[in-house]
Order: sequence, then C-alpha cells, then structure tokens
Amino acid sequence: MIDILRSEWTKIRSVRSTVWTLAVTAVLMLGFSALTNASARGAAGGPVPGWQAIILGLTGTMLASLSMATLGVLVISSEYRTGGIRTSIMAVPRRMSLLTGKIVLFVAVSLVVCTVASAAAIGVGVAISQPPSIEMGEVARSSLGSGLYLTACGLFGLGLGTLIRHTPGAIVSAIALILVLPTMANQLPGEWGASVAAYFTTNAGLLVVSGQGNGTLGPWSGFAVYLAWVAAAVLAGAVLMQRRDA
Amino acid sequence: MTAIRAVNLHKRYAGTPAVADLSFAVEPGRVTGFLGPNGAGKSTTMRMILGLDRPSGGTALVDGRPYHELRHPLRKVGALLDAKAVHGGRSARNHLLAIAQSNGIPASRVNEVLEAVGLREVARRRVGGFSLGMSQRLGIAAALLGDPEILIFDEPVNGLDPDGILWIRRLMRKLAAEGRTVFVSSHLMSEMAQTADHLIVIGRGRLIADTSVEEFIGRSSQGYVRVRSPRLAEVAELIKAGEPDGDHLRVTAMSTLEIGTITAGAGIPLEELTFVQPSLEAAYMELTKNSLEFTS
Ligand SMILES: Nc1ncnc2c1ncn2[C@@H]1O[C@H](COP(=O)(O)OP(=O)(O)OP(=O)(O)O)[C@@H](O)[C@H]1O
Ligand SMILES: [Mg+2]
Repeated sequence: MIDILRSEWTKIRSVRSTVWTLAVTAVLMLGFSALTNASARGAAGGPVPGWQAIILGLTGTMLASLSMATLGVLVISSEYRTGGIRTSIMAVPRRMSLLTGKIVLFVAVSLVVCTVASAAAIGVGVAISQPPSIEMGEVARSSLGSGLYLTACGLFGLGLGTLIRHTPGAIVSAIALILVLPTMANQLPGEWGASVAAYFTTNAGLLVVSGQGNGTLGPWSGFAVYLAWVAAAVLAGAVLMQRRDA
Repeated sequence: MTAIRAVNLHKRYAGTPAVADLSFAVEPGRVTGFLGPNGAGKSTTMRMILGLDRPSGGTALVDGRPYHELRHPLRKVGALLDAKAVHGGRSARNHLLAIAQSNGIPASRVNEVLEAVGLREVARRRVGGFSLGMSQRLGIAAALLGDPEILIFDEPVNGLDPDGILWIRRLMRKLAAEGRTVFVSSHLMSEMAQTADHLIVIGRGRLIADTSVEEFIGRSSQGYVRVRSPRLAEVAELIKAGEPDGDHLRVTAMSTLEIGTITAGAGIPLEELTFVQPSLEAAYMELTKNSLEFTS
C-alpha cells in the first residue's frame, strides 16, 4: 500500500488542477472570512463577540465545499478522461487497492490543507473584527470540524467521480447533492419533510462546522449521517469500478 | 515456459462478439506479430490479457497466472496500448515516476528509460505538448520501466515517421534477442514480415492462422501465371491446369513458356500471359478477406 500511496502522491502533486483547486479553497475560506468579519465589525460599530467571529470566519465553507468536491472528482475522472486509468490499473490490477490508495491520500492531503485553511480563516477574521475575548478550544474544534466537513465533501466528489467517470457529469451531481438539493429539501412541507431535510447530505454534515444541533441531529451524529451519504457514493463507485471494463 | 496464453477467450460488447473462442500461446525469445484487419479484436484481446477488460468467457494467462494475481505486474509485463492516454499536464518524468513508484521500481530507473528512448532532454516538459512520436516513445519508456520479460505493444508504429518505425523495429528485435517475449499487434502484414518471427492472425475475433513467418511466406510464396484469352475455356481444356478466376485463368502448375507453347501449337490467341509475383500482403489479404469488418 505504501507504494501505491507514493505513486498517488506523485500524481496528485504533479498536476496544476490540484494546486489550483486547493488554492481556490484557501482563498475562498480566507476571503469570505475577511469580508464577513469586516462587515460585521462595521455593522456592530465595534468589536463583535468571539463566538460570532469564529462562525463568520468559516462562511467560506459553503463554496469551498464545491472546490474540494471538484478536486475529489478530478482525482479519478481525469484518469478516465485521458485514459490514464488503464495505465494505473495495469500497474495496480487489484482495483480496490488502487481506489483505497487514492482515497487515503486524498483524505490526508485534504484534511491537512482544509483544517489549516479553516484555522487561518478564523485567524484572519479575528484579526479584523477584534473580539474582546476568544476561546481557543472553540477555534480548534471549529477548524477541525470545517476541515472534516470539507474533506467529506471532497470524498463525496471522489465517490461520484468513480461512479460517473465523466468530469462534468460528476461535478454537476456533486453540486446538486452538496448545494442545490439540500436547500430544496428545506422547502419540503410538514414533519416528514422536516426530517428528510434534516438528514439530507450537507444539512446534516454542516452541523459539525457550526457545532450546533438542528433539533434532530447533533454535530457529530449529523456528520455521521453525512458520512453515510458519502460512503454510499464511494461504495457504489467501488462496486462499478471492480465490475466494469477499464 | 509459455509467456502469454489465451484459452478459449470470448468477449462480447452489448451482445456483439468482438473476440470468439480465441486460443493461442506466445513464447519467449521471439517477436510474435498479432495481425488482423481493423476491428478484428486485437486491442480487445490485449486488454483482456492485461486485466483491463473482463473476458465474457475463457481465460488469459500471463506467466501461467491471471494478470491481476501478479504482485508487481510491471516488473513482469510492460505494455503500450494507447500512447496518447496520458495526463497532458504532467511532465514526462513525473508521469513515469508515478508508474515506477506504484511497483516499487527505483526512481533512478526513470532516468534510465528516458535516456533509452531518447527523451532525456524533454523529461521536464508537459507531455500534453508531445508529438505522436514522442508520446509513443514515452509509452515505450513506461513499458520498459520494470525491466519486464514480457512486452505487449498495440500498433506501436502507428503514425510514426520512417525513422521512428525503424527505431521501434530494432528495439523489438533487440528485446526478443535478449530472450524476452514480444507480442506486437499490427494490421499491416508488410510491417510484421520485417519484424516478427511468429504470426498469430485473427479476423472477426477468431483465430485464422498461428504460424511462423517462414512457414507463412513459404505457403504464400507460390506465384502463379495469369492467362487471359477470348477462348479461355479452350485454353483450360487444353492445358488441363489452372482455376478460372473472373475473366482469367490462374495457373500454378505450369510456367509461362509451357502454357505459351501449348496454346501457340493449338493456334489459340492470348490476351495476357503473365507470371504474377508472390506477395505477402496479397497472401494476407487472401487469408483475411472473409473476415473484413468493413469492405470498401
Ligand atoms: N469498449 C467497447 N465497446 C463496444 N464495442 C467495442 C469496444 N471495444 C471494442 N469494440 C468492438 O470490438 C471489435 C474489436 O475491436 P478492437 O478494437 O479490439 O479491434 P482491433 O483489432 O484492435 O482493431 P484496430 O486495428 O482498428 O485497432 C470492434 O468491432 C469494436 O467496434
Ligand atoms: Mg486496435
């Protein structure tokens, strides 16, 4: 497995799209934090409370989830687009080992980059809005929550990319499942509709970023529900990858 | 030890057969040409050997085992299927490095193969900008990375200039001379006649011939005499040889002189009396003419 990880590391670091999508993620996180904190400070006419500065510091998570999902899709779909997947499978014919290697490496890179970017975003926000006090434990928890959430979104993309193999199709599906459908689910009427909405992909997943429950799910149980969605996409992709001709 | 063995291989795509009951063996120490017209199933067969496509029936074995059971497959088998199937954004060096690492091949080997195929100068350039010839060389470099004893090339000379063709031909000869197994596909008989020792010919997914090149040439090197005459039936009657073929007679048992003497004696005028040189290409066309997928 270590051989496969080294190979995947070389692959992921040696294409510009990786560097670009990671840079876009970081810029989104930092930019939104700076903007929202500046405007909050302006509106409050002075320092904003610490808890608010932290939440505002992670406003970028919403859009950054899409850049990470795109990276996840590209990790696999770019190989299908170019035909490089055949070279990869010839080198590692046990396809599940190949897919596992891709997943492990992606998760490692994404967790590091996204957690650091989240912490930096909070730092920038706090520097701008200058809250009187800030709880460092809460900063750490929020950064980690945001890093985990963004990584899960990336993995969602990777699963969909494996399933669909076609870059635009997989990215559109990822946007639908991460951004569009959860918002639509919130419009569902009645109690039944509210439960569906609460469990729907990022509606559940985002709880770990804010650290607050939504009445039905807590932060961690919400994240677990989101991971189940992600796992479903990855497993479906894995089954098809194992069965289909490369 | 047989290097590659196909046993009753079948492949159907959406019900349409691409390969049907194909069995053959490829032996080490020689170049085995895999011939067949377009759409014959050569690439499909190679993909099944390499564990990329799942056979609909039968098995393909490499060194006695299914490909996916090889632990570090690239150290046993090197293959070039489609030279353009690479991520254009990567440098040649990184492309090869990623492949090497996956099979525990030392990074120093990357430089060696780049040198061997003449791409050392462009090792750091993005492969998206490579010409077809350079891509082909890169693909061959990838195949050579693990110093494998079995090499599989799918139409490696496609789109190459004469220099490139010569280079690949020499490389394949050299690899075979080193005792390696070289399995190379082509749809051109003339190309294979100059490179291969052994031929496996398929058409419409079925085996047509499995023979040494010598034997193939021997079998097809009989020329024939073409006779045309307004009184062709009488000629046939008279010389008691030859087969009618369209507007002429095809004679293999007699020389032009013999035929001419007889017909002149009988006072039959001839329109044509020609010795037709044997042609490998013609023999191959003859062999595969019933299995052409598209005839023009
Ligand atoms: N993935 C696929 N899906 C459907 N049909 C396929 C697929 N791959 C190959 N075929 C069909 O199988 C047959 C054999 O194709 P294959 O590419 O193996 O032929 P080939 O001998 O390599 O031809 P060429 O000389 O043109 O490369 C063709 O009729 C082709 O259309
Ligand atoms: Mg082909």
